[in-house]
Amino acid sequence: MADNERIPVLKTWKLFVKGAFPRSESGRTLALHGPKGELVAHLSHASRKDLRDAVEAARAAFPGWSGATAYLRGQIVYRLAEMLEGRRGDLADGIRATTGASRKKAEAEVDRAIDRTVCWAGWCDKFQMVLGSRNPVAGPYHNFSMPEPGGVCVALQADAGETPLLGFMSLVLPPLCAGNAVVAVADARHPLGALLVAESAPTADVPAGALNVLTGQAAELASWVAGHRDVDSVHAQAGGEVAATLRAGAAENLKRVTVLSADEDFGDEERWTNPRRLASFVETKTIWHPSSA
Amino acid sequence: MWTSGLGSPEGAGPIHRVFKVESGRFRTHRYDRRMPESSSGTAPVAPWDYSPAPETVPVTVPERTRLFVGGKFIDPRSGRWFDTVNPATEAVLSRIAEGDASDVDAAVAAARKALKPWSKLPARERAKYLYRIARRIQERARELAVLETMDGGKPIKESRDVDVPLAAQHFFHHAGWCDKLRYAVPGGDPRPVGVCGQVIPWNFPLLMAAWKLAPALACGNTVVLKPAETTSLTAMRLAEILQECDLPPGVVNIVTGAGDTGRALVEHDGVDKVAFTGSTEVGKRIAKACAARGTRLTLELGGKSPNIVFADAAIDQAIEGIVQGIWFNQGHVCCAGSRLFVEESVLPEVTRKLEMRMRTLRVGDPLDKNTDIGAINSKGQLQTIERYIAAGAEEGCTVCQSGQQALPAKGYWCRPTFMTGVQPAHVVAREEIFGPVLAVMSFRTPEEAISRANNSPYGLAAGVWTEKGSKVFDVARRLQAGVVWCNTYNQFDATSPFGGFKESGFGREGGMQGLAAYLAE
Repeated sequence: MADNERIPVLKTWKLFVKGAFPRSESGRTLALHGPKGELVAHLSHASRKDLRDAVEAARAAFPGWSGATAYLRGQIVYRLAEMLEGRRGDLADGIRATTGASRKKAEAEVDRAIDRTVCWAGWCDKFQMVLGSRNPVAGPYHNFSMPEPGGVCVALQADAGETPLLGFMSLVLPPLCAGNAVVAVADARHPLGALLVAESAPTADVPAGALNVLTGQAAELASWVAGHRDVDSVHAQAGGEVAATLRAGAAENLKRVTVLSADEDFGDEERWTNPRRLASFVETKTIWHPSSA
Repeated sequence: MWTSGLGSPEGAGPIHRVFKVESGRFRTHRYDRRMPESSSGTAPVAPWDYSPAPETVPVTVPERTRLFVGGKFIDPRSGRWFDTVNPATEAVLSRIAEGDASDVDAAVAAARKALKPWSKLPARERAKYLYRIARRIQERARELAVLETMDGGKPIKESRDVDVPLAAQHFFHHAGWCDKLRYAVPGGDPRPVGVCGQVIPWNFPLLMAAWKLAPALACGNTVVLKPAETTSLTAMRLAEILQECDLPPGVVNIVTGAGDTGRALVEHDGVDKVAFTGSTEVGKRIAKACAARGTRLTLELGGKSPNIVFADAAIDQAIEGIVQGIWFNQGHVCCAGSRLFVEESVLPEVTRKLEMRMRTLRVGDPLDKNTDIGAINSKGQLQTIERYIAAGAEEGCTVCQSGQQALPAKGYWCRPTFMTGVQPAHVVAREEIFGPVLAVMSFRTPEEAISRANNSPYGLAAGVWTEKGSKVFDVARRLQAGVVWCNTYNQFDATSPFGGFKESGFGREGGMQGLAAYLAE
């Protein structure tokens, strides 16, 4: 070793729960490998307890996040886009480290992910207008319907496909912008973009617990997610057994489950900027009130 | 010198006294503040002094304020300039460029040139410019608030807490619409209208600029904006912000001037859409001009908005709503709740409490953070208001004004005022005063309240005060008004459409409905 050679500081990527960055309580880690099998980094390997902690944090954050004005939520999500814009290089490097994508392709994905964040920031104070209604009931009643966030959503990325960061953001943003508290599980093979988003969240003033990010084995976590009684909805990209587990388990407490296939095209702007993506993450509340004195 | 004529029932009181705005030094900051009555209904407690609490952010105002055309600040081709004064001190703040027809030509040409590239820009990229503008307004909020107060006379607490934050929200909200327009218009293929000519009033200078610019830009239009002649400064500061945000040249052009400048703009052949906020009188003239050329038009005009207090209202809360409704921004509010209808059984209670509350309001230095009522925007407007107060007295109304506090020696001031014994035919019950003057009337049944409230050529806003929910919705439904505030008043939000029925204009600003005016049919 030459005298002047600098030894790089290696980073272990940690979980993001309740605004803090803990290791897995289980002490487990996962090795993250590059496209040629080289070791990239070590990750925390989330356990069932970590999932429970994250759901608990999300539940605690839900009243504050859903009760904040839509304008404030919009500004916070927009701030997240500002933070991500400042880390474009890191995000592209994170994508490339595990996918081996060209710089150009990775940068294009980062740009799309940031633009999608901006788009959904804008939905925060608009989807209520598009999805709500004033209903002309045949009687002297003022009757209106409005979408409310469902509660705690788990966004589970089991199989990230071609665009891990864009996919991760597309899973997280609709439930988050609707006012749900989100527990996101990043694909353990391509998690670096998601973990950089987690690192950006506190500086964007995302309240602690409103967004939590775990890394772990999707197959393992899926059954715990499906069976968790305090999870209201699931937004997943998964195939095969993981998908089947989520669907079957969810029936227990009638979770709203949306499972996308591994080849979902997150680049489809029409589909992924459409407020219909919110359907599973809001409940429509209809209020009747007499309107004749 | 204060005499209250409120002991007598409505209609029976003689003319009590009309107070002239008097001169007197305003250095001591002695206010004639009294506490509202205690719950036992005893007399007010003794007044106390307030120390001055002036806003201190220094704002530099350039000696000359030029036009903003094609992304550059330029001297007017007209070669003419006019003074803008601080209505609280009568000091000249700056010399403002007076744009003439040739200046308007240049601005419209710049907007036309910018239209194609701006409207072809991908919507999500257009959005980024609007987000930048919203952010810069937030970052320069204090400066904008101080400048707004210096130029227009409104209390700093209002420019700081209402005008500027709402202006930022308007840009932020509309930024998000840029790439979502197809969801705002049913079955729509959203396309911009083209070049918009926008003329705005002096009561909320920056906020009105935001209300006009944000939806127009979000929909892909380009704009020529004409601020009111007494309040150009914040619009020009906004132009600086647009430059900072690298908004493409010509997308927004600002031409300052008075009525002739505005006329040249709204009658310009190169303008595809006109939006005007101001008086109904001018609005009708503009409507004629636009009708002749088939120009798209939206108008947000005057009002004489009713504020109805039922006996079953939470009276103390209603008093705050009445105060907010008529004395917010010196009453320079198109939707001011300037006709108060009180159910007869609670009239004595309401007028008594209103008088108490009115006397706690502090009139004076708009830059003082404790000031409730700032300066009247211009000498001309002060004269108009004084004429109306005199007319009310001549017609037999009882004029109640808080009168003990000394007013500054210079500047344009009007004490908060209400009149009782007002009959529907009185001029103060029919015409828009645009000042801190409230006409108080009574009613016996909801039907009477509604029919009298609707008995106006205007239909901008209305207030309803009752604790009974069904009555809220029933009365709200039957009122002819574009905005009905129930158990609140003067609330504004970028997501909420604003605009009037009848001669208060047509079209809405804000919310989803506000976008329609800026999209081709």
